Amino acid sequence: MGDLGWIFFSSMVVNNFTFMLFLGLCPFLGVSGKIDTALRMGAADIFVLVMTAVAVWVLNTFVLTQTPYLRLIAFIIVIASLVQIVEMVIKKLSPALFRALGIYLPLITTNCAVLALAIFQTTREYTFVQGVVFAVGSGAGLSLALVLMASIRESIELVDIPAVCRGTALVLMIAGSLSLAFMGFAGLLSSS
Amino acid sequence: MNGMVSHAHMHGGGGPPTGRKAPPAREDLLKGFWRENPVLIQLLGLCPTLAVTNSVANSVVMGIATFFVLVGSSFLVSLVRRRVPNEVRIATYIVIIATFVTVAEMILQALVPVIYKQLGAFVALIVVNCIILGRQEAFAGKNPVGRSVLDAVGMGIGFMIMMLIMGSVREVLGSGTLLGVSLFGPRFEPWVIMVLPPGGFFTLAFVLLAVAWWKERTAKQAKAAEARDLDAAGRAA
Repeated sequence: MGDLGWIFFSSMVVNNFTFMLFLGLCPFLGVSGKIDTALRMGAADIFVLVMTAVAVWVLNTFVLTQTPYLRLIAFIIVIASLVQIVEMVIKKLSPALFRALGIYLPLITTNCAVLALAIFQTTREYTFVQGVVFAVGSGAGLSLALVLMASIRESIELVDIPAVCRGTALVLMIAGSLSLAFMGFAGLLSSS
Repeated sequence: MNGMVSHAHMHGGGGPPTGRKAPPAREDLLKGFWRENPVLIQLLGLCPTLAVTNSVANSVVMGIATFFVLVGSSFLVSLVRRRVPNEVRIATYIVIIATFVTVAEMILQALVPVIYKQLGAFVALIVVNCIILGRQEAFAGKNPVGRSVLDAVGMGIGFMIMMLIMGSVREVLGSGTLLGVSLFGPRFEPWVIMVLPPGGFFTLAFVLLAVAWWKERTAKQAKAAEARDLDAAGRAA
């Protein structure tokens, strides 16, 4: 149990995908304007990451045992098609959930965070349960980053910022400061 | 493809350049350097730009690997563009890109094992670098082989320039070295934060700030010159 707890905690804050590994930056810059959208995007993130973890475990255990050099191609195709299928199923079964997550699902498919999860899971040789916990932790970390960023951006919306700094440069500077704050967690891992 | 940001910026380079004096071939090549620089102007491929630029050597290797994948994929995509049905084009592009990345991964592992280890997962993550898929969708899928390769070479060099700038700034400030050679002697106190993750965010933010400032300045100067011309014309008349 302690092991799983550490995987969760480490992937969520200590090695936060957004602030420490620079993964999933496109949606981070794109949809972190409002807390509401950030929350939905985060939920969709967790969902896709868990699906990926399961799919990658199946691929690694049953399909790719003899052909490790096909991993990259197999991962990306399987993840992309899986998300498409799930999207169709959700659309059919629960239109409300589809409206909440719908447009974000395809966006996440080619997000680097998803492929990175698959690669980390493979190189660290996680078991099924460890993989799923790692996926939930990483997803929670991405959501945390999105919500933090959205809250800051909402509260500085009316601030008078010099015209040159507006836009991506400002977001990157805020992200840098948040990243500094998250570095404080780095000490936690070595003491385990 | 990789998020909303890239959707908004994927318009560039589809058709032949209009209203420019440079011949198309030169224009295809040169636009990636500055006017449509993939990182600075289109804001694509930010993950590797931030993640592996903590030293010049890493940045250069990553830049070359991305260049190789980009040019190779553009060549192949452009070659098969008439045979690929429209509905499965994205999937085809991704398979082609993933194949080239696998090749690049094996080459790096054989040639520069130390740097390959430092780059880690980010070599494999070239697959989802939005610059590459963006160029296939916006250019190589619609244009002949020669132009597509030129476009890819231009964009690849534009990306390498940015990687080099980021890598040099971060290595000089963060470790006081350039390509491993000490610049300031033993009394230099390195600004360690620059080689750590926050330094990546800050460096890119300042580079973007400098570009925004430069653009604003040139726009202002152009406006002032225009106003002067109008003034002079008014007085002459």
